Amino acid sequence: MSKISSPSLRSPLGRAKGLGSSRSGVSHWWLQRLTAMGMIPLVLYCLISFIMLADADLNTARAWIQHPFNSVAMILLLAVGFYHASLGLQVVIEDYISTKTRRILTLAFTKMVMTAFAVMSIYSILLITLANGV
Amino acid sequence: MAEFTLPQHSKVKKGKIHPSPEGAERTKTFHVYRWSPDDEDNPRMDSYTIDLDECGPMVLDALIKIKGEQDQTVTFRRSCREGICGSCSMNIDGTNTLACLKPIDEVKGDVTVTPLPHMPVIKDLVPDLSHAYAQLQSIEPWLKTDTPAPENGERLQSPKEREELDGMWECVLCFSCTTACPSYWWNGDKYLGPAVLLQAYRWIADSRDESTGERLDALEDPFRLYRCHTIMNCTKTCPKGLNPGKAIAKIKKLQLERH
Repeated sequence: MSKISSPSLRSPLGRAKGLGSSRSGVSHWWLQRLTAMGMIPLVLYCLISFIMLADADLNTARAWIQHPFNSVAMILLLAVGFYHASLGLQVVIEDYISTKTRRILTLAFTKMVMTAFAVMSIYSILLITLANGV
Repeated sequence: MAEFTLPQHSKVKKGKIHPSPEGAERTKTFHVYRWSPDDEDNPRMDSYTIDLDECGPMVLDALIKIKGEQDQTVTFRRSCREGICGSCSMNIDGTNTLACLKPIDEVKGDVTVTPLPHMPVIKDLVPDLSHAYAQLQSIEPWLKTDTPAPENGERLQSPKEREELDGMWECVLCFSCTTACPSYWWNGDKYLGPAVLLQAYRWIADSRDESTGERLDALEDPFRLYRCHTIMNCTKTCPKGLNPGKAIAKIKKLQLERH
Protein backbone atom coordinates (compact mmCIF):
# COMPACT_ATOMS: atom_id res chain seq x y z
CA MET A 1 0.00 0.00 0.00
CA SER A 2 1.35 3.39 -0.88
CA LYS A 3 0.87 6.12 1.65
CA ILE A 4 -1.68 8.76 0.76
CA SER A 5 -0.42 12.22 1.53
CA SER A 6 -1.56 15.60 0.38
CA PRO A 7 1.09 17.42 -1.65
CA SER A 8 2.86 20.16 0.27
CA LEU A 9 2.09 23.69 -0.84
CA ARG A 10 5.26 25.03 0.77
CA SER A 11 7.40 27.05 -1.64
CA PRO A 12 10.53 25.41 -3.08
CA LEU A 13 12.68 28.09 -1.40
CA GLY A 14 11.05 27.43 1.98
CA ARG A 15 11.75 23.74 1.55
CA ALA A 16 15.34 24.34 0.44
CA LYS A 17 16.08 26.61 3.43
CA GLY A 18 14.48 24.06 5.78
CA LEU A 19 15.58 24.38 9.40
CA GLY A 20 18.62 26.45 8.43
CA SER A 21 22.30 25.82 8.97
CA SER A 22 23.28 23.95 12.14
CA ARG A 23 26.52 26.00 12.37
CA SER A 24 28.49 22.84 13.03
CA GLY A 25 30.47 20.38 11.02
CA VAL A 26 33.97 21.92 10.92
CA SER A 27 35.03 20.23 14.16
CA HIS A 28 33.74 16.87 13.03
CA TRP A 29 35.45 17.19 9.64
CA TRP A 30 38.75 18.36 11.13
CA LEU A 31 38.85 15.80 13.96
CA GLN A 32 38.16 12.99 11.50
CA ARG A 33 41.26 14.04 9.55
CA LEU A 34 43.42 14.70 12.64
CA THR A 35 42.61 11.30 14.14
CA ALA A 36 43.33 9.64 10.78
CA MET A 37 46.75 11.30 10.67
CA GLY A 38 47.43 10.46 14.31
CA MET A 39 46.64 6.81 13.72
CA ILE A 40 49.28 6.42 11.00
CA PRO A 41 52.32 6.28 13.36
CA LEU A 42 50.34 4.52 16.11
CA VAL A 43 49.08 1.76 13.82
CA LEU A 44 52.53 1.32 12.25
CA TYR A 45 54.29 1.10 15.61
CA CYS A 46 51.79 -1.30 17.19
CA LEU A 47 51.46 -3.46 14.07
CA ILE A 48 55.21 -3.89 13.67
CA SER A 49 55.50 -4.67 17.38
CA PHE A 50 52.72 -7.27 17.20
CA ILE A 51 54.41 -8.97 14.26
CA MET A 52 57.68 -9.08 16.18
CA LEU A 53 55.83 -10.49 19.20
CA ALA A 54 54.04 -13.14 17.16
CA ASP A 55 56.27 -15.97 18.36
CA ALA A 56 56.91 -14.55 21.83
CA ASP A 57 55.75 -16.31 25.00
CA LEU A 58 53.15 -14.86 27.38
CA ASN A 59 55.65 -13.18 29.69
CA THR A 60 57.47 -11.40 26.87
CA ALA A 61 54.18 -10.14 25.44
CA ARG A 62 53.02 -9.01 28.88
CA ALA A 63 56.33 -7.26 29.50
CA TRP A 64 55.97 -5.46 26.18
CA ILE A 65 52.54 -4.11 27.10
CA GLN A 66 53.70 -3.20 30.60
CA HIS A 67 56.44 -0.98 29.25
CA PRO A 68 55.14 2.58 29.82
CA PHE A 69 55.82 3.72 26.25
CA ASN A 70 54.01 0.71 24.78
CA SER A 71 51.00 0.91 27.08
CA VAL A 72 50.61 4.62 26.33
CA ALA A 73 50.87 3.89 22.59
CA MET A 74 48.25 1.14 22.87
CA ILE A 75 45.84 3.29 24.92
CA LEU A 76 46.28 6.17 22.47
CA LEU A 77 45.67 3.90 19.49
CA LEU A 78 42.48 2.51 21.04
CA ALA A 79 41.16 5.91 22.13
CA VAL A 80 41.96 7.62 18.83
CA GLY A 81 40.88 4.60 16.80
CA PHE A 82 37.46 4.22 18.41
CA TYR A 83 36.88 7.96 18.26
CA HIS A 84 37.78 7.96 14.57
CA ALA A 85 35.48 4.98 13.98
CA SER A 86 32.67 6.77 15.79
CA LEU A 87 33.12 9.89 13.61
CA GLY A 88 33.26 7.76 10.46
CA LEU A 89 30.21 5.69 11.34
CA GLN A 90 28.32 8.90 12.00
CA VAL A 91 28.94 9.98 8.39
CA VAL A 92 27.84 6.59 7.03
CA ILE A 93 24.66 6.65 9.13
CA GLU A 94 23.84 10.23 8.12
CA ASP A 95 24.41 9.27 4.48
CA TYR A 96 22.24 6.19 4.36
CA ILE A 97 19.57 6.44 7.06
CA SER A 98 17.15 9.12 6.05
CA THR A 99 14.30 8.45 8.46
CA LYS A 100 14.66 11.17 11.10
CA THR A 101 13.94 9.18 14.27
CA ARG A 102 15.80 6.11 13.12
CA ARG A 103 18.81 8.24 12.21
CA ILE A 104 18.96 9.90 15.64
CA LEU A 105 18.50 6.61 17.49
CA THR A 106 21.09 4.76 15.38
CA LEU A 107 23.58 7.58 15.91
CA ALA A 108 23.05 7.53 19.68
CA PHE A 109 23.34 3.73 19.82
CA THR A 110 26.52 3.70 17.72
CA LYS A 111 28.19 6.35 19.88
CA MET A 112 27.33 4.42 23.04
CA VAL A 113 28.67 1.15 21.61
CA MET A 114 31.88 2.83 20.42
CA THR A 115 32.39 4.46 23.84
CA ALA A 116 31.80 1.11 25.58
CA PHE A 117 34.29 -0.63 23.25
CA ALA A 118 36.89 2.08 23.89
CA VAL A 119 36.49 1.88 27.68
CA MET A 120 36.54 -1.93 27.69
CA SER A 121 39.68 -2.17 25.59
CA ILE A 122 41.54 0.56 27.47
CA TYR A 123 40.53 -1.05 30.76
CA SER A 124 42.01 -4.33 29.50
CA ILE A 125 45.33 -2.66 28.77
CA LEU A 126 45.32 -1.06 32.24
CA LEU A 127 44.60 -4.43 33.85
CA ILE A 128 47.71 -5.89 32.26
CA THR A 129 49.85 -2.81 32.81
CA LEU A 130 48.93 -2.28 36.43
CA ALA A 131 49.08 -5.97 37.42
CA ASN A 132 52.43 -5.76 39.18
CA GLY A 133 54.70 -8.77 39.46
CA VAL A 134 52.33 -11.27 37.90
CA MET B 1 10.87 0.42 5.88
CA ALA B 2 13.20 -0.61 3.15
CA GLU B 3 11.51 -1.14 -0.19
CA PHE B 4 12.81 -4.03 -2.23
CA THR B 5 10.65 -3.60 -5.30
CA LEU B 6 10.26 -0.63 -7.58
CA PRO B 7 7.06 1.37 -7.17
CA GLN B 8 4.33 0.84 -9.74
CA HIS B 9 5.04 2.45 -13.12
CA SER B 10 8.79 2.59 -12.43
CA LYS B 11 10.03 -0.28 -14.55
CA VAL B 12 11.39 0.95 -17.86
CA LYS B 13 10.00 -1.12 -20.71
CA LYS B 14 10.98 -1.62 -24.33
CA GLY B 15 9.36 0.96 -26.57
CA LYS B 16 8.62 1.64 -30.19
CA ILE B 17 11.23 1.18 -32.90
CA HIS B 18 11.53 3.86 -35.56
CA PRO B 19 13.63 2.40 -38.41
CA SER B 20 16.13 4.30 -40.51
CA PRO B 21 14.95 6.11 -43.63
CA GLU B 22 15.42 4.28 -46.89
CA GLY B 23 18.73 4.72 -48.69
CA ALA B 24 20.65 5.83 -45.58
CA GLU B 25 24.25 4.66 -45.72
CA ARG B 26 25.65 5.84 -42.38
CA THR B 27 23.12 5.27 -39.61
CA LYS B 28 23.10 5.57 -35.83
CA THR B 29 20.46 4.34 -33.41
CA PHE B 30 19.34 6.43 -30.43
CA HIS B 31 17.52 4.83 -27.48
CA VAL B 32 15.53 7.61 -25.86
CA TYR B 33 13.78 7.52 -22.46
CA ARG B 34 10.07 8.27 -22.82
CA TRP B 35 7.56 8.93 -20.08
CA SER B 36 4.43 11.04 -20.07
CA PRO B 37 2.40 12.18 -17.07
CA ASP B 38 -0.73 12.13 -19.23
CA ASP B 39 -1.22 8.37 -19.30
CA GLU B 40 -0.75 5.53 -16.85
CA ASP B 41 1.99 3.85 -18.91
CA ASN B 42 5.40 2.85 -17.61
CA PRO B 43 8.48 4.62 -18.93
CA ARG B 44 9.87 3.07 -22.09
CA MET B 45 12.95 3.29 -24.28
CA ASP B 46 12.04 4.24 -27.86
CA SER B 47 14.60 3.58 -30.59
CA TYR B 48 15.23 5.94 -33.48
CA THR B 49 17.66 5.19 -36.30
CA ILE B 50 18.78 8.25 -38.21
CA ASP B 51 20.85 9.01 -41.31
CA LEU B 52 24.09 10.59 -40.07
CA ASP B 53 24.77 12.12 -43.49
CA GLU B 54 21.63 14.21 -43.04
CA CYS B 55 22.35 15.27 -39.45
CA GLY B 56 24.55 17.76 -37.58
CA PRO B 57 27.45 16.49 -35.48
CA MET B 58 26.02 16.74 -31.95
CA VAL B 59 23.55 14.61 -30.02
CA LEU B 60 21.25 17.63 -29.78
CA ASP B 61 21.23 17.83 -33.60
CA ALA B 62 20.09 14.21 -33.66
CA LEU B 63 17.34 14.84 -31.08
CA ILE B 64 16.08 17.85 -33.04
CA LYS B 65 16.14 15.75 -36.22
CA ILE B 66 14.22 12.93 -34.50
CA LYS B 67 11.63 15.40 -33.20
CA GLY B 68 11.35 17.10 -36.58
CA GLU B 69 11.20 14.05 -38.81
CA GLN B 70 10.33 10.90 -36.88
CA ASP B 71 8.41 11.65 -33.68
CA GLN B 72 7.10 15.06 -32.73
CA THR B 73 6.17 13.91 -29.23
CA VAL B 74 9.81 13.57 -28.03
CA THR B 75 10.19 16.23 -25.32
CA PHE B 76 13.45 17.85 -24.22
CA ARG B 77 14.79 21.27 -23.21
CA ARG B 78 17.13 23.14 -25.53
CA SER B 79 17.83 26.70 -26.46
CA CYS B 80 21.22 28.06 -27.49
CA ARG B 81 22.66 24.83 -29.02
CA GLU B 82 26.20 26.02 -28.18
CA GLY B 83 26.79 25.17 -24.52
CA ILE B 84 26.01 28.53 -23.02
CA CYS B 85 22.41 28.23 -21.78
CA GLY B 86 22.65 24.91 -19.91
CA SER B 87 19.17 23.78 -20.98
CA CYS B 88 19.91 20.50 -22.76
CA SER B 89 21.66 18.72 -19.88
CA MET B 90 20.83 15.01 -19.93
CA ASN B 91 22.47 11.64 -19.49
CA ILE B 92 24.06 10.49 -22.75
CA ASP B 93 25.80 7.13 -22.97
CA GLY B 94 25.85 6.93 -19.16
CA THR B 95 27.34 10.37 -18.51
CA ASN B 96 25.63 13.64 -17.65
CA THR B 97 26.47 16.29 -20.21
CA LEU B 98 25.04 18.91 -22.53
CA ALA B 99 23.53 17.33 -25.64
CA CYS B 100 24.71 20.29 -27.72
CA LEU B 101 28.36 19.76 -26.73
CA LYS B 102 28.39 15.97 -27.07
CA PRO B 103 29.56 14.80 -30.51
CA ILE B 104 27.62 11.78 -31.77
CA ASP B 105 30.81 10.07 -33.01
CA GLU B 106 32.22 10.06 -29.45
CA VAL B 107 29.70 7.33 -28.63
CA LYS B 108 30.59 3.85 -29.83
CA GLY B 109 27.56 1.85 -30.95
CA ASP B 110 24.03 2.95 -30.10
CA VAL B 111 23.43 6.13 -28.13
CA THR B 112 21.34 5.86 -24.95
CA VAL B 113 19.72 9.10 -23.85
CA THR B 114 18.00 9.40 -20.45
CA PRO B 115 17.07 12.38 -18.22
CA LEU B 116 19.46 13.67 -15.53
CA PRO B 117 19.55 10.93 -12.87
CA HIS B 118 17.62 10.92 -9.62
CA MET B 119 15.42 13.93 -10.32
CA PRO B 120 11.65 13.80 -10.72
CA VAL B 121 10.76 13.60 -14.41
CA ILE B 122 8.25 16.07 -15.83
CA LYS B 123 8.17 14.42 -19.25
CA ASP B 124 10.62 12.36 -21.35
CA LEU B 125 14.03 14.06 -20.99
CA VAL B 126 12.80 17.01 -18.93
CA PRO B 127 13.66 16.75 -15.22
CA ASP B 128 12.08 18.83 -12.45
CA LEU B 129 14.89 21.08 -11.17
CA SER B 130 12.69 23.25 -8.88
CA HIS B 131 14.46 22.11 -5.71
CA ALA B 132 17.95 22.61 -7.18
CA TYR B 133 16.98 26.11 -8.37
CA ALA B 134 15.56 26.90 -4.91
CA GLN B 135 18.82 25.72 -3.34
CA LEU B 136 20.69 28.10 -5.65
CA GLN B 137 18.39 30.91 -4.55
CA SER B 138 19.00 29.99 -0.90
CA ILE B 139 22.73 30.81 -1.12
CA GLU B 140 21.85 34.31 -2.37
CA PRO B 141 23.95 34.32 -5.54
CA TRP B 142 24.29 38.07 -5.85
CA LEU B 143 26.67 40.77 -4.61
CA LYS B 144 25.90 41.73 -0.99
CA THR B 145 27.57 44.82 0.44
CA ASP B 146 27.17 47.37 3.23
CA THR B 147 29.42 49.92 1.56
CA PRO B 148 27.36 52.04 -0.83
CA ALA B 149 28.36 51.86 -4.48
CA PRO B 150 31.00 54.45 -5.45
CA GLU B 151 29.95 57.68 -7.17
CA ASN B 152 30.85 56.36 -10.59
CA GLY B 153 28.69 53.32 -9.92
CA GLU B 154 31.44 50.75 -10.31
CA ARG B 155 33.01 48.60 -7.60
CA LEU B 156 36.64 48.06 -8.51
CA GLN B 157 38.52 44.81 -8.52
CA SER B 158 42.19 44.21 -9.33
CA PRO B 159 42.96 41.91 -12.29
CA LYS B 160 44.24 39.34 -9.78
CA GLU B 161 41.04 39.53 -7.72
CA ARG B 162 39.05 39.12 -10.90
CA GLU B 163 41.11 36.05 -11.81
CA GLU B 164 39.85 34.37 -8.62
CA LEU B 165 36.46 34.04 -10.31
CA ASP B 166 37.80 32.17 -13.34
CA GLY B 167 36.54 28.62 -13.50
CA MET B 168 33.35 29.65 -11.67
CA TRP B 169 31.63 32.33 -13.71
CA GLU B 170 31.64 29.94 -16.67
CA CYS B 171 29.11 27.63 -14.96
CA VAL B 172 25.87 27.52 -16.97
CA LEU B 173 23.85 25.87 -14.17
CA CYS B 174 22.98 22.76 -16.15
CA PHE B 175 23.15 20.68 -12.92
CA SER B 176 24.99 17.83 -14.67
CA CYS B 177 27.41 17.74 -11.72
CA THR B 178 24.78 17.88 -8.97
CA THR B 179 22.75 15.06 -10.50
CA ALA B 180 25.92 12.96 -10.95
CA CYS B 181 26.71 13.14 -7.22
CA PRO B 182 25.72 10.07 -5.16
CA SER B 183 25.68 12.19 -2.03
CA TYR B 184 23.12 14.45 -3.71
CA TRP B 185 21.08 11.39 -4.71
CA TRP B 186 20.88 10.20 -1.10
CA ASN B 187 20.58 13.54 0.70
CA GLY B 188 19.66 16.10 -1.94
CA ASP B 189 16.89 17.48 0.25
CA LYS B 190 19.52 19.17 2.43
CA TYR B 191 22.91 18.74 0.71
CA LEU B 192 23.37 21.69 -1.66
CA GLY B 193 25.29 19.72 -4.28
CA PRO B 194 28.31 20.72 -6.38
CA ALA B 195 26.65 23.22 -8.72
CA VAL B 196 25.21 25.31 -5.89
CA LEU B 197 28.37 25.02 -3.77
CA LEU B 198 30.45 26.20 -6.75
CA GLN B 199 28.18 29.24 -6.98
CA ALA B 200 28.40 29.74 -3.21
CA TYR B 201 32.19 29.82 -3.50
CA ARG B 202 31.97 32.13 -6.52
CA TRP B 203 30.48 34.78 -4.17
CA ILE B 204 32.74 33.91 -1.23
CA ALA B 205 35.76 34.40 -3.51
CA ASP B 206 34.49 37.70 -4.93
CA SER B 207 36.66 40.51 -3.50
CA ARG B 208 33.77 42.98 -3.82
CA ASP B 209 31.38 40.96 -1.65
CA GLU B 210 31.08 41.93 2.02
CA SER B 211 29.03 38.97 3.28
CA THR B 212 31.75 36.31 3.27
CA GLY B 213 31.23 35.49 6.96
CA GLU B 214 27.46 35.19 6.68
CA ARG B 215 27.88 33.04 3.58
CA LEU B 216 30.25 30.69 5.45
CA ASP B 217 27.82 30.64 8.42
CA ALA B 218 24.99 29.53 6.17
CA LEU B 219 27.09 26.74 4.66
CA GLU B 220 28.53 25.34 7.90
CA ASP B 221 26.31 22.34 8.27
CA PRO B 222 26.89 18.57 8.20
CA PHE B 223 24.37 18.25 5.39
CA ARG B 224 24.54 21.47 3.35
CA LEU B 225 28.33 21.33 2.88
CA TYR B 226 29.89 18.31 4.55
CA ARG B 227 27.89 15.68 2.64
CA CYS B 228 30.58 16.18 0.00
CA HIS B 229 32.84 13.14 0.35
CA THR B 230 35.17 14.13 -2.49
CA ILE B 231 33.72 11.52 -4.84
CA MET B 232 34.61 13.88 -7.73
CA ASN B 233 31.86 12.72 -10.11
CA CYS B 234 31.05 16.44 -10.40
CA THR B 235 34.40 17.41 -11.85
CA LYS B 236 34.53 14.33 -14.05
CA THR B 237 31.15 15.00 -15.64
CA CYS B 238 31.16 18.83 -16.03
CA PRO B 239 30.54 19.55 -19.73
CA LYS B 240 32.27 22.91 -19.32
CA GLY B 241 35.42 21.39 -17.82
CA LEU B 242 34.99 23.17 -14.47
CA ASN B 243 36.07 21.81 -11.08
CA PRO B 244 33.27 22.05 -8.47
CA GLY B 245 35.15 19.57 -6.26
CA LYS B 246 38.00 22.06 -5.86
CA ALA B 247 35.59 24.90 -5.02
CA ILE B 248 34.01 22.76 -2.29
CA ALA B 249 37.48 21.93 -0.91
CA LYS B 250 38.23 25.67 -0.77
CA ILE B 251 35.01 26.31 1.19
CA LYS B 252 36.01 23.58 3.67
CA LYS B 253 39.46 25.14 3.96
CA LEU B 254 37.96 28.56 4.77
CA GLN B 255 35.62 26.98 7.32
CA LEU B 256 38.67 25.50 9.04
CA GLU B 257 40.63 28.74 8.81
CA ARG B 258 38.00 30.65 10.81
CA HIS B 259 37.26 27.74 13.13
